[in-house]
Amino acid sequence: MSIPVLKFDAVIVGAGGAGLRSAIQLSEAGLKTAVLSKVFPTRSHTVAAQGGVAASLGNSEEDHWHWHMYDTVKGSDWLGDQDAIEFMVRKANECVVELEHYGMPFDRTDDGKIYQRPFGGHMSNFGEKPVRRSCAAADRTGHAMLHAMYQRNVKANTQFFVEWMALDLIRDAEGHVVGVTAMEMETGQVVIFHTRATIFATGGAGRIYYSSTNAFINTGDGLGMAARAGIPLEDMEFWQFHPTGVAGAGVLITEGVRGEGGILRNSSKERFMERYAPNAKDLASRDVVSRAMTTEINEGRGCGVNKDYVLLDITHLDPNTIMKRLPGIREIGLQFAGVDCIKEPLPVVPTCHYQMGGIPTHYSGRVVTPQNGDFNAVVPGFYAAGECACASVHGANRLGTNSLLDLLVFGKSAGDSAVEDLKAGKAHRELPKDAAEKSLARISAIDNRKGGANVHETRLAMQRTMQNHAGVFRFGDMLKSGVEKILEVEKAARELEIKDKSMAWNTARTEALEMENLIEVAKATMLSAEARKESRGAHVRDDAPDTPEFPNGRNDAEWLKHTLFNPVDNSISYKPVNMQPLTVEPIALKTRSY
Amino acid sequence: MSKRMVQFSIYRYDPDKDDAPYMQDISVELEPTDRKLLDALTKLKAKDDTLSYRRSCREGVCGSDAMNINGKNGLACLTDIDELKQPIVLRPLPGLPVIRDLIVDMTQFFKQYHSIKPYLINNDPPPERERLQSPDDREELNGLYECILCACCSTACPSFWWNPDKFVGPAGLLAAYRFIADTRDQATNERLDNLEDPYRLFRCHTIMNCVDVCPKGLNPTKAIGKIKDMMVARAV
Repeated sequence: MSIPVLKFDAVIVGAGGAGLRSAIQLSEAGLKTAVLSKVFPTRSHTVAAQGGVAASLGNSEEDHWHWHMYDTVKGSDWLGDQDAIEFMVRKANECVVELEHYGMPFDRTDDGKIYQRPFGGHMSNFGEKPVRRSCAAADRTGHAMLHAMYQRNVKANTQFFVEWMALDLIRDAEGHVVGVTAMEMETGQVVIFHTRATIFATGGAGRIYYSSTNAFINTGDGLGMAARAGIPLEDMEFWQFHPTGVAGAGVLITEGVRGEGGILRNSSKERFMERYAPNAKDLASRDVVSRAMTTEINEGRGCGVNKDYVLLDITHLDPNTIMKRLPGIREIGLQFAGVDCIKEPLPVVPTCHYQMGGIPTHYSGRVVTPQNGDFNAVVPGFYAAGECACASVHGANRLGTNSLLDLLVFGKSAGDSAVEDLKAGKAHRELPKDAAEKSLARISAIDNRKGGANVHETRLAMQRTMQNHAGVFRFGDMLKSGVEKILEVEKAARELEIKDKSMAWNTARTEALEMENLIEVAKATMLSAEARKESRGAHVRDDAPDTPEFPNGRNDAEWLKHTLFNPVDNSISYKPVNMQPLTVEPIALKTRSY
Repeated sequence: MSKRMVQFSIYRYDPDKDDAPYMQDISVELEPTDRKLLDALTKLKAKDDTLSYRRSCREGVCGSDAMNINGKNGLACLTDIDELKQPIVLRPLPGLPVIRDLIVDMTQFFKQYHSIKPYLINNDPPPERERLQSPDDREELNGLYECILCACCSTACPSFWWNPDKFVGPAGLLAAYRFIADTRDQATNERLDNLEDPYRLFRCHTIMNCVDVCPKGLNPTKAIGKIKDMMVARAV
């Protein structure tokens, strides 16, 4: 069977924030670039980001990138690489100002500058008190940002392949990445994109959990493709549970609500965060707040008939402030909780939100993998940015508003690195003869299998396993049984069957292919979590408790290192954390408290 | 809400096997936690994986799951299932070619959006910091920038049905005014020139279906009126 080959300088997989930011660099540099997306670009999940993007612009009070760096390192529980973190926070102002120039409708201060609000874990003067660092467009920052970047790409004549799903990474015998296979969803046609640079900007995989703020499309496609191509996945045990998802529905309620003065309360109306984080209170880091909420619920102080949620209260705020700064939240409350937050508090629970780990990258956006004793050998031709990548700036816990910053800074740097490598001028490397075989075999197996596993049920089994065995609090024995269960689910996920045999817009086939990606992520998560025998950031286990020897259960002597999960044989290795920033002194290890 | 059976009549068409589209009668049992139409579609699809529709964020910001619900365009994820008369009749958005089931070909819709140059035009060299804009000037963009390009409005507009290739349609015109209203944009005249045509702008006959269906509560008719006023003001 002959498969059409399309030749481009570069292919970008994913048209969310990171993909669109990369595309601007490549298109404006005049390189022949294809951007592939499963959905029309403005439907990518960046659109759902609400509260803001971090930058130490200092528009409302004094701020400095060095303070932002300190907060990010501390937020990461020291697992973030300090060179990458310094790189990111120092690029923040430039990247946010660029967005403004693209036309992004930021809210404004009285003197016409970009409006900034406080956000969890962002402090002035090295952890002293909350600072206004989150640059916001009401509570629709992601929407405003994604549309502005799409519009900039329209101006730059970027070539989009809309509603195309990438299937597999193509690597040659020397390990160079030479393109991807992809399927046009409308027709089922498989095509090879033959390139000199391949950039993954495929987002997260929050759909491995049952209860998630993530969109249906967040299925870890980039991680699945990387894993099938033998690239290890970094720090996959670290998942962020956002403190405030709408109870039941899972829809996100921005931390900006607390930034504007919102307070979390338990069944006796107590502002319980004062007990857990006396200084930052409701604006402590997300992992800290989610654990506090879960503890309140577990100890019987939850609200409602089943005492299974807490309340987010903004009834004390001026209704005009709510209508001006948080209009989208009011809509969400009315739509998904049946609550008008001007009059009544919102029911909220910690909900899976963000994947800190991902495809290992250098801060230049180049993908790196261990080779011959070098932990960070570049995979030629391969770049990644945004939630699918692990630079690593978020380490064991991400600060709110650092995700939008991550996709801007690393989207841009991945684009710049690709431009630099492409201008160095090497020709297309030859495609392997079997370039499309793996993808075609996967599709054919799904289309033709009889008596296989049902996609919907397999996905549910995975989601319940992840939710019960690798949630906000983790337990040694539950992780062990979780490993067994997820390996069982994996067997089913390798034997999927669909009833839909049509070539036209076959969503059943798409969902089966997505399930094959999800399971790679779920497996990497569970096995990496079981292996890490300490508590750090978002990964907290009962058998690594808070002791004088190991405050918060963190064990730096043994576990200050990045996990690398090797999908080929399910083995785990580790690599050192880079504690050396680019120009400043390292942020020294310290016990984390807010 | 409790467990309940809900009846549907759904437009089905698979070009690979159907000679013509047909309406399928089907019912599904919903859990108490199923509030929205999209929850019901997810349940239906679990029973029959051939049912095809677009969906993504399930919270009304991505604009994927627009469809015609009991005769009115809307987003499945923002529509309360218990407020719909049964059988719930689901059809693809009207006026665009159907690819399969509830999935339409949106090429024409996006072509019109792209035709208005949907990006900020400012030819001054960019300053080091942000361009300043007063809170009042910024407020002019409220009700304009929040569009999610779901196409509920344009595909509810008779003028767009008749001339989808010539009339920009409410979504595209709302976007055009979003840039005209932006104090940072310098291309107002060029943008008005672009719309000065018997069809592109002036086919709007203020039927206001667009306002009626917009799931984000936006008002394209008002924005179109403002563009028309500017045209008139410019002519005198």
